[in-house]
Amino acid sequence: MNQEPSLRLKVGLAEMLRGGVIMDVVTARQAEIAQAAGAVAVMALERVPSDIRAQGGVARMASIGVIEEIMKAVSIPVMAKVRIGHFVEAQILQELGVDFVDESEVLTPADDKLHINKFEFTVPFVCGARNLGEALRRISEGAAMIRTKGEAGSGNIVEAVRHMRSMQSELRKLSSLGEEELVNQAKELGASYELVRLVAKQGKLPVPNFAAGGVATPADAALMMQLGAESVFVGSGIFKSSDPEKRARAIVQATTHYNDPKSVLECSRELGEAMPGLEMSTLKEHEKLQNRGW
Amino acid sequence: MKIGILALQGDFRSHAERLAKFGADTLLIKKAGELSAVDGLVLPGGESTALLTLLTPELKEGLAEKVRAGLPVFATCAGLILIAQSVRNPEQESLGLLDVEVTRNAYGRQVDSFISEELKVHNRPPLFTEPAHADNQHEKLEGVFIRAPKITHCGAGVNTIVSLKNDPVLVRQDNILAGTFHPELSDRCELVYKIFFGLVEKSVACHKAANLPPI
Repeated sequence: MNQEPSLRLKVGLAEMLRGGVIMDVVTARQAEIAQAAGAVAVMALERVPSDIRAQGGVARMASIGVIEEIMKAVSIPVMAKVRIGHFVEAQILQELGVDFVDESEVLTPADDKLHINKFEFTVPFVCGARNLGEALRRISEGAAMIRTKGEAGSGNIVEAVRHMRSMQSELRKLSSLGEEELVNQAKELGASYELVRLVAKQGKLPVPNFAAGGVATPADAALMMQLGAESVFVGSGIFKSSDPEKRARAIVQATTHYNDPKSVLECSRELGEAMPGLEMSTLKEHEKLQNRGW
Repeated sequence: MKIGILALQGDFRSHAERLAKFGADTLLIKKAGELSAVDGLVLPGGESTALLTLLTPELKEGLAEKVRAGLPVFATCAGLILIAQSVRNPEQESLGLLDVEVTRNAYGRQVDSFISEELKVHNRPPLFTEPAHADNQHEKLEGVFIRAPKITHCGAGVNTIVSLKNDPVLVRQDNILAGTFHPELSDRCELVYKIFFGLVEKSVACHKAANLPPI
């Protein structure tokens, strides 16, 4: 699976981001704050997910100016989002030199059937997934990193937990299947038999699996790490809170020391107000961003 | 031998897998107290700015003290940046344990990352186990360079062990081995780990012979 040189470099960068926090930022100043707090990468956006949700309309790739300013402001990798299936937005970002592209359900999908063929790109891609089948389909298309979708901009961790648990449980189940059952399982998952067989044998995805969608506190970050996430994306959770600088530092510390309650306690003190959260039952099915992607 | 791997952030897992494959016991290290239990230490790649915020003063001091006392260290990419004498692009804090100047992201951004088979091995130190057949196949290394830094100046006590087009990419200064590429991400870098194991072996033997407690 990891034999192709280009894919090895893509997954290699994902490996470097392990155990770290990737933060959504909308200005160069926010990017500097994120870097100083210990972020391993920033996601350059025009609006954070909670604003996209509130304002509605079509959400597209951020403007070039915003991304460029952020690239100039920091020395850590810069990621940016493209609409699902919008390979031209991805071509533009690759040309611009962003370090990672997120083919994201947070933006309005451009293709209602197909995702981007990510093997055609030099730049690595991260894609969201709610379950193992979705993760394997994205990896089959060339994704170098998977993240749970969670429910972006909700400030509610419940969906990210659901997606991570579902992926881990399906991975365990897959490992217990006999050879003759794997063909049928591949059909059910909608992924290639070769990939399903490899994952069954190794008991884990061939690319890093990060958590995203609803992380708002250091405890949320530590929770996702203990559930098996290898890094954490924080979207609206930092810059929609009352003290972004402090909260950013705290989430970085909690992600590294996730297994040490004493450390997580220490960094959870006096953080001010977290972002306001959304109760899932108040969201209609069509308002859930996680349902985007095929 | 027991090798500690700094596990604050970065690709510590790939290092742990390689080290285990080549026969070492490993210990993931996040706290200063854990440093006393190891014969050698790996400082993995990751993001150097993030690592700096995660290194507590105790961990920084503990690490520097051990390295100065002779603990063998193998630093890759961000790990090298962390222990360099000085850092450019941009300038940032470093521990100053290895007498080199290093420039971050010197080859460009991720789209400029590359894999090279043109690495040249120079005066390498003795290996932990010298291969039985000197067919030189094991001396052919593959270098995985990811948003890699460049060593732009070496002090007098620093020897180049591996170079790429005249740039040093693996250097040694006494008990420190440091590289700008990622041997943990390649199947053709066993030599690099064997060089490191050689340093660890020598250090353990010296301490035993002199009846000194381990570092």
